Amino acid sequence: MTINTSRRGFLQGAAASGAALYIGATANGAMAASGSADAMLNNFVKIGADGRAIAICKHVEFGQGSATGLTTLIAEELGVTMEQIDYEFAPSNPAIYNNLLFGPFQGTGGSTAIANSFPQYRNAGAAAREMLISAAAKEWGVEASALDIVEGMVTGAGKSAPMGEFVAAAAEMEVPAEPRLRDASEWKLIGNAQTRRLDSPAKVNGTAMFAMDVQLDNQMVVMVRRTPQRGGTVVSFDDSASKEVKGFIMAQALPTGHGVAVYAENTWAAMQARNALEVEWDLSAAETRSSAEIKDEIMAALNTEPTYNVNKADRAAVKSSVDGAAQVIEKTFYFPLLAHAPMEPLNCTIEQTADGDIVLHDGAQMPTGPHMAYQQIFELPAEKIQIKSMLAGGSFGRRATPDADYQVEAGLAFIMTDRSRPVKLVWDREDDIRGGYYRPAAGHKVRVGLDENGTIVGWDHQVAGQSIMKGTAFESFAVHDGIDHSTVEGIADSPYTIPGQALGLTDTEKATSVLWWRSVGHTHTAYVMEVMMDLAAKAAGKDPVDFRLDYLAAEGDAARKAGVLKLAAEKAGWGNPAAGRAQGIAVHKSFGSYVAIVAEISGNNDDGIVIEKITAAVDCGIAVNPDTVVAQLEGAVGYGIGHAMRDQITLDGGAVEQSNFPDYEPLRISDIKAIETHIVASAEAPTGMGEPGTPPSAPALANAIASLLDSSDMLAELPMAEAGVYFA
Amino acid sequence: MSITLKLNGKTHEVDAEPGTPLLWVIRDELKLTGTKFGCGVASCGACTVHLNGEPVRSCQTFIEDVEDAEVTTIEKMEEDKVGAAVQQAWMELDVVQCGYCQSGQIMNAVGLLKENAKPSAEEIDEAMYGNACRCATYQRIRAGVQRAAEILEA
Repeated sequence: MTINTSRRGFLQGAAASGAALYIGATANGAMAASGSADAMLNNFVKIGADGRAIAICKHVEFGQGSATGLTTLIAEELGVTMEQIDYEFAPSNPAIYNNLLFGPFQGTGGSTAIANSFPQYRNAGAAAREMLISAAAKEWGVEASALDIVEGMVTGAGKSAPMGEFVAAAAEMEVPAEPRLRDASEWKLIGNAQTRRLDSPAKVNGTAMFAMDVQLDNQMVVMVRRTPQRGGTVVSFDDSASKEVKGFIMAQALPTGHGVAVYAENTWAAMQARNALEVEWDLSAAETRSSAEIKDEIMAALNTEPTYNVNKADRAAVKSSVDGAAQVIEKTFYFPLLAHAPMEPLNCTIEQTADGDIVLHDGAQMPTGPHMAYQQIFELPAEKIQIKSMLAGGSFGRRATPDADYQVEAGLAFIMTDRSRPVKLVWDREDDIRGGYYRPAAGHKVRVGLDENGTIVGWDHQVAGQSIMKGTAFESFAVHDGIDHSTVEGIADSPYTIPGQALGLTDTEKATSVLWWRSVGHTHTAYVMEVMMDLAAKAAGKDPVDFRLDYLAAEGDAARKAGVLKLAAEKAGWGNPAAGRAQGIAVHKSFGSYVAIVAEISGNNDDGIVIEKITAAVDCGIAVNPDTVVAQLEGAVGYGIGHAMRDQITLDGGAVEQSNFPDYEPLRISDIKAIETHIVASAEAPTGMGEPGTPPSAPALANAIASLLDSSDMLAELPMAEAGVYFA
Repeated sequence: MSITLKLNGKTHEVDAEPGTPLLWVIRDELKLTGTKFGCGVASCGACTVHLNGEPVRSCQTFIEDVEDAEVTTIEKMEEDKVGAAVQQAWMELDVVQCGYCQSGQIMNAVGLLKENAKPSAEEIDEAMYGNACRCATYQRIRAGVQRAAEILEA
């Protein structure tokens, strides 16, 4: 492969041209024809010297199936089978590989990988197909319109030949401005539930390369002792005990002051030496509050006039409607801090090449973040920094910090050396759980008024919590008129038509760094909306499904939401649980997709509650890889329910109390007995799938528990286990 | 200290201090990276290997205790009849998501199937309880073990 030197030139050219599709300056026809090099047909499609197609994936693969999904789009349009195509990760270059929904920023998040790439990757595959066909048509002296590529063979006009034979000539051709996209009726791969993940084989035989598996010659391993309380700084440290550890190299305070980097010959030596380090901290400016104080602040804010009138409601009128209603249902909710705890602890490896380039090996969720940070740290232009994207062992939001926290830490640890040895920064699980980026704590207070017919006449909703976006580089992206939309999403933009709704928001102080966590604000807003809907339905004496449908219009957004609600109810046998079982339902729109969930549970609160079955219905537009949609639904449900059952991060004197899986217990295999997923057939553009299964999962469980126990008293605060629910 | 380690059928002389977890010898010294570090306290199972055919957590198995034992890792599973069946089942059902825990899941599942050729769903849940998957691929892990049992029975 000549890609290292050639692609850089190609990328510079592509960036300069600004073209969406660009024939690479290095698509050297002669070399490709001689079988010695890969040819870039455009930024997203490469044909190997062996004639195999390669999709260039701009999104991280951290389990959500983006690599398979993006490759499916290329393969479909190009005309190859999934067995005839490979994938590689794109280099860091936001001019070409940006997320089209993020602006000039390369990154994965907000369940947008397929949603933003669907037209782009189909176009790239179609353009490559038309170029190869044009080359074949010219050589054969036939009309291009008579040809297609089928299973990698250019076919038509009585002829057939492998597409690889035309790569050299194709690379010299004009890029079609508007290539013909295959009609949905032609699709063989998009929507095919038989498509298997391309990353499965390597992930079952131990050969998959995660960033943690990078082993560069002569590398040092660095672990950091960080301040136990946010805002603390290093005064001094004593590494005399660390020096007793075989393999210890040195210890140095990071220039940020937030920790001491310990360098060692290998991971185990780094762990031991780091643990042996004695550090004196200056905690005078550090966080000292406990979780109880943080909670008190949030709950107090719910009883004051909110800072922001999010939906510009006539608050007095809404309050008056509720106060004067025949029935008033009032509930106050609290949601704790949560850690992401991806399976692969955070890590990355940094090295300097002979040319002075800085190379970062990283399961990079947002390559542009560390790319920009490294330009400052190393005082280098963008083209002197390379980011090699690796498979990532989960994220759930954690790898997408606005301040590129762990990559910056690695950069600082590296710049304090003579750069002759690569530095691999490794966090352990304790670092991860205590690492300072959490789903923010939030509180809600809701008062719903019903008239004598059980119809909602007022919905007074107050939210208080810690803004994710404020004070970060992403503030301008999501904060408008002072309102951080990510705190109220799922209420402010709900497809429900709720009469007389007021939505107020008050920000509270951050006691830790807070961060998006799989489905962001929807993690708490969906819970509150859907638990309140059930309580209101019960008060109205109506079936929870029928009651919700009363507030969902017959067209557009609301109709799609109603569609999944009805489908889940039908498939779950709503209203007819097996003897001794109870059901709960919830439905929510997030990231453009609609998910309804029915939880069916058994048991009681003495012997323990068992989650017997989850039935899910999803409308995510076109399901590019239906089995991936099912897998994401299963995973997102598990993520939502697992944390709602048992998990929270608490602070004592500003320090995180939990440290590892024994006290931040993951969902286990026995927790959910079965999950069944149904996908709504759709011709709409694809929408998000990594996150939308999470928001309705916990409220569906909560509503089932309320039904089983005939009480919702234990469900206003999470985790449920702390509030008195006993799971078997 | 120098220790003789039998790993995947080969004998290695490794230099490691007593108390060094087997995990770090496998990963950092022998450069076999299929065995993963997840928690370091035997509560997630990502580091599961076989010691004389039995699944153990290599993060809490110390190097001085494995001298003369046969250690087997995920890299050897393709040559193992049960291992290959589990891998095939995992691919048929696309069990993996991020995949980071799956070496450990597979090693534990192979251990289970060698003890119990046709485990029930409850027996699978019991045996696999200690293997955490943050992507929550559990439905497919359960189905994958059952599918592997079918493959082996055929």
